[in-house]
Order: sequence, then C-alpha cells, then structure tokens
Amino acid sequence: MQIIQPHYHAIARTAQDYERMAMSGVVAVCEPAFWAGFDREYPETFIDYFRQIGEFEPTRAADYGIRHFFWVAVNPKEAENQELSREVLKRFPDFFKMPNCLGVGETGLHKSTANEATIFEEQVSLAIEHDQLILIHTPHLEDKTHGTRRILEILEGLPVDRNRVWIDHAEEHTIRPILDAGYWSGFTLYPITKCSPKRAVDMLEMYGRERILVNSSADWGPSDPFTLQECVCEYRRRGNSLQDAMEIFYNNPVRFLGQNPKFDLPMLKVEEMREEAEEPVEQPAEESADLT
Amino acid sequence: MLTPSKVLDLYFLEARCMLIEVAATLDRFDRAVDSDSNGDGGDDRIEKLYESLQVLSSKSETSDRSEQLLKLFSGPA
Repeated sequence: MQIIQPHYHAIARTAQDYERMAMSGVVAVCEPAFWAGFDREYPETFIDYFRQIGEFEPTRAADYGIRHFFWVAVNPKEAENQELSREVLKRFPDFFKMPNCLGVGETGLHKSTANEATIFEEQVSLAIEHDQLILIHTPHLEDKTHGTRRILEILEGLPVDRNRVWIDHAEEHTIRPILDAGYWSGFTLYPITKCSPKRAVDMLEMYGRERILVNSSADWGPSDPFTLQECVCEYRRRGNSLQDAMEIFYNNPVRFLGQNPKFDLPMLKVEEMREEAEEPVEQPAEESADLT
Repeated sequence: MLTPSKVLDLYFLEARCMLIEVAATLDRFDRAVDSDSNGDGGDDRIEKLYESLQVLSSKSETSDRSEQLLKLFSGPA
C-alpha cells in the first residue's frame, strides 16, 4: 500500500529510515521546520537549516525513490525571541519560490506566551499574504488544552481559509473544536508522549476520516517513523478496506497538500484486475483418451 | 535505589501513556457494546479490568500492586 508521511523531520533521521520507509510503501515525506533541541542565535542558522531541508534532504530521499517536500517556520519555542524571529520571517518569501516548499509550518504555540502568540500571528499573516498552506503545532502534554484553545482564538481573528490550515498533534481532548471550526486535524503517533496508533484508529472510528491527517513521529527524541505503518495495520485489522486505508494514509494528504500545486501526487484508487478467461482448446478425441 | 522524584522523572510519562491506553481500551469496549445487539456477551474479562483498576486506585501501604494484579488475572492456584 502506498503511504504519505505528512510530517517527518528527516534531518534528525538516518538514511536507513528512508530505505525502510521506501520498503514499506512510503512514496513522499513532508518536512516541517522544527526546534533543533537548542535555541538558535542567528537568523543565518535558520536560513541554512531551511536550505538543508529544502535542497539537501530531497536528494537523500530521492536515493530511495521518495519525494521530499518541506515547510519553513520559526518554531514556537524560538518565537520567544521576536527580533530574531522577524529577521528569519523576512527570508520566507525566498523559500516560498522553491519548487518543493509547501508553506509555513510548523508554527503555533509552545507555552502560549504573548511573544509566541505575536510571532505565530505574524507567520500566519505572512502565509496568507503569499497564498501558502499553514501547518500549526499544538503544545505538548499539560499545555495542549489551553494552547489549542488559544490557537483557535488567534486564528478566529485572521482571514484564513480554514480548509488550507492543518492543526497538528490533536488528541481526544482537542480534536473536536479543531474539526468543528472547519480546520484539518492531524494525529501524531508517538511511542509515549502523544497519540498512539490504536487511539488514532479509535478517533477515526468516532470522527470519520474527513479532514484528518495521520503522521508518524520522526525527530531527534524518542520517536518512531513506523508508527504510521502500525496504524495502517491496526486500521485494517479492524476490518476496514484497503481503499478506506488509502483514503486516510495517502489520499487525505494529497487532498490537503495538493491545494498547493507543487504537491503534484495523484489520488489513487484500488481496482481489482480480472484476467479474461481463455477460450477452452478442444483436444482431438484420441489424445484425450491417451491422457486418461 | 532511585529517589521518589527520579522515579517520576523516569516513569511518569510512561505510566500516563499506559493509563490513557487502558482508558481508550475501555472506551473502545463500550462503543463496541453499544453497537452490538448482544451487548457485552457476559464476558467477565471486562470485570477483571475494572477490579484491577480498583487495586491501582488505592494508596497501598505495601508495594505489591503488581503481585495483586497478577493474582487477579491468574487461574486458581
């Protein structure tokens, strides 16, 4: 089955991941910009990072037949530094012109401070101005409920096309307001700290598959890119068809990401092939007799 | 031996994760019961799960919750 990894931090992973993903059906990965594990001090450090995920990572992915796309953003954690953030934001339009850049992400909130909210709003506004897709990170663990509510409040005051906004890392306590407001919602499958493959399938059963994206976890922390395949197996184990699985794990990413024409993968439909029955060959009577 | 706070540093998130998985399993069971005309089919395994949660919810003076649960899930000795 063909799979798209919509949220994958390849920079933190080895080529072996690409190889194993290719062997298990992944045909495209999308790499949002994220926190490097330490706070960067210079705008140029971000620019080189964007070049790495925009220029170099596609070549690593291509070695395994995988398409690679990327997003640019100042992550919420580093958005606390407004001066630095604004210097980086000035360079976004250069990257928007690249053939594999999908938009602004992952922006969002971390501790939901006033500074974070300001830079989040500025990044969303920049995306709107340049007609870019938007990918939003919601906070971790105990900060998620409040942070998700704040994100929805901030977006409410901006002229966004909600169908072009993907709010990620949703769980059982945050999915409903995201979907009710008309945004796309993402589940991120982590070994411990976010959603699990089984719970993701539970939510698919409860909310349906419309405007839902499912991501594995792939970063420099405890994470596992193959939680996505685990989720596909869990979904199929509960009796869902191959086409239904394709709708969630392949066609939904195409539906959302394909709103940017640079993401040009086609939607796929499973079709059963039936070989036409051959005409029976008549055997001469004596030969038939010899065979008995 | 770890300090109490180190135990939580190392295992709090893991325990949180396992508890949420248990909660999700019970929810999944309830939804299945709701959609099945046979109800829960009289399966007593679900009662074992609820009994085990009672063991976990008490602040025991003896640290033997694992043992208690294993006995609960065991057949007769």
